[in-house]
Amino acid sequence: MAAFFKNLVKNKVMLFMVLPGAVWFFFFSYLPLVGTITAFKQYRFSRDGFWASIVRSEWVGWDNFKFLFSTNDAFTITRNTLFYNLAFIFIGLVLSVAMAILLSELVGKTMAKVYQTGMFLPYFLSWVIVGYFAFSFLSMDRGMINQILGWFGMERINWYSEPKYWPYILVFVNLWKSIGYNSVVYLASIMGIDKSLYEAAMIDGATKWQQIRNITVPLLSPIIIIMTLLAVGRIFYADFGLFYQVPRDSGTLYQVTNVIDTYVYRGLKTTGEIGMSTAAGLYQSVVGFVLVMVSNYVVRKIDKDSALF
Amino acid sequence: MAELARKSKDFHNVSRGWNAVLHLIAGIFSFLCVFPFIFVVIISFTDEKTLATDGYRLIPAKWSLEAYRFVFESGDSLLRSYGVTILITLVGTLISLVMISLYAYAISRKSFRYRRFFSVFAIVTMLFNGGMIPTYMVVSQLMGLKDTLWALILPLAMNAFYIMILRTFYSTSVPEAIIESARIDGAGDFYIFLRIVLPLSLPGLATIGLFSTLGYWNDWFNALLYIDNPDLVPLQSMLMRIESSIAFIQQNSQNSSLSLTALQSIPQDTSRMAMVVLATLPIIFAYPFFQRYFVQGLTVGAVKE
Repeated sequence: MAAFFKNLVKNKVMLFMVLPGAVWFFFFSYLPLVGTITAFKQYRFSRDGFWASIVRSEWVGWDNFKFLFSTNDAFTITRNTLFYNLAFIFIGLVLSVAMAILLSELVGKTMAKVYQTGMFLPYFLSWVIVGYFAFSFLSMDRGMINQILGWFGMERINWYSEPKYWPYILVFVNLWKSIGYNSVVYLASIMGIDKSLYEAAMIDGATKWQQIRNITVPLLSPIIIIMTLLAVGRIFYADFGLFYQVPRDSGTLYQVTNVIDTYVYRGLKTTGEIGMSTAAGLYQSVVGFVLVMVSNYVVRKIDKDSALF
Repeated sequence: MAELARKSKDFHNVSRGWNAVLHLIAGIFSFLCVFPFIFVVIISFTDEKTLATDGYRLIPAKWSLEAYRFVFESGDSLLRSYGVTILITLVGTLISLVMISLYAYAISRKSFRYRRFFSVFAIVTMLFNGGMIPTYMVVSQLMGLKDTLWALILPLAMNAFYIMILRTFYSTSVPEAIIESARIDGAGDFYIFLRIVLPLSLPGLATIGLFSTLGYWNDWFNALLYIDNPDLVPLQSMLMRIESSIAFIQQNSQNSSLSLTALQSIPQDTSRMAMVVLATLPIIFAYPFFQRYFVQGLTVGAVKE
């Protein structure tokens, strides 16, 4: 015990340095973990605060989970979260790598910089702004797309109440926002490839296409694999802003726009089903945790330095 | 000779025709990324009545500054939101830089006995979290931060991922030998951090600072959860609230000279778009900085200890 205190004193400057951050983690990350116990309770808000609300709520065991999984909602939100993320990961990967290779092959580096600057812009905008952008195209009576349809004598479409278009819209908007950013990541590692490899290939008479296929892509594959696995590890987490702001929280679209995160939010703010929403959140955390651990394990096997931990 | 040099340069590159095609693809995509913003700017300068008959047009029949005039005359709520956003961005970025740089430094030092414990303490938060509702309960009920600016600042202040990036940055850009020699000269840990480590890691701090600035500027989620008081609404969140109705401004406008008839002739659609433009402009101006340090940050983050 005395040795312990002696060590504390010896490390006091460092301990003082981690203190603010550690307190933050305690309140914003570790205390909420205690709060997840609500998933097993019939939550009743108490005026006496956080602890009283948790302690006084009745213990119901797995009932919240049973109820959650007996509804269609659990299936819908899981399906939407998984399939949208899969589409984002794989279409996004192909397009960003293609765009990075394309940019690296351009003659005239000034123009390449200009293009890159344009592509990077959407990444810096909030989903609220992007929601407005989408609205300027999709608005029923004023939007650009309906006007164009009008020129061709086609019927106007009420975009915000037609679920069938939304999987495409959401994938498109997400790719629009993320490709520029991701292609910069890949471009940075293409720039790091040893130029003499290409010179050697050219002397051997390799075409540009062969160089890309046999030099660029193989040398990019470690970073491609790592970025993809890390994204797969987060496949159970949806981008709340995309699914909440872009469809303008339109109720008729929930079937195709509701994901785990929006479901939990609505449970908290709209429907008030706290216990069940916490259960959905815990379900997300647990499955998400398993996926992160597995993907990190795989990343570690491939390249120790790129693993998260 | 010049001819030969040009030839060999051409030899490295794709053919002229292909190059044109590639330029076209990259150019079109790049334009598509910027186009919606240009479109919204055009809408904001369109006459409201023209909008009602023609819809959103690239080349409106009649231009108008009415929307901006309205926003500036009656938009004290816009100004206040700007103020809130600027305040939380400045204070938040400062707080998070201090906390993150200190924490990252401590766990990067081998002489710190508890470095493993505190590394794990941070990393665990990346892997498992309590989720939205328990966090909401802690912030609103336990800490009582609902309807305070702290609810907009504190939840975004720390991030284990930034700690890891900065720790890597310290270990690659601050040579161990410098720290050792300072220690031999009798410098304390805090002095070393302040006088040697921080100045050497300015690019890393700039990257984290910009990530953080952008996070605060674009945040609407915490306001959605924690803020009901219209005086504390940040910019992005205000844009959400006016989405359904411009009445928000009317309610909160101190400008009582607006008569009922004046209220009816408010340029609703265009002034909404004008606010979107005004909220985006600072990002467009800061863009060159952002872009430079983000690319740098990406390459920094890619190298790990």
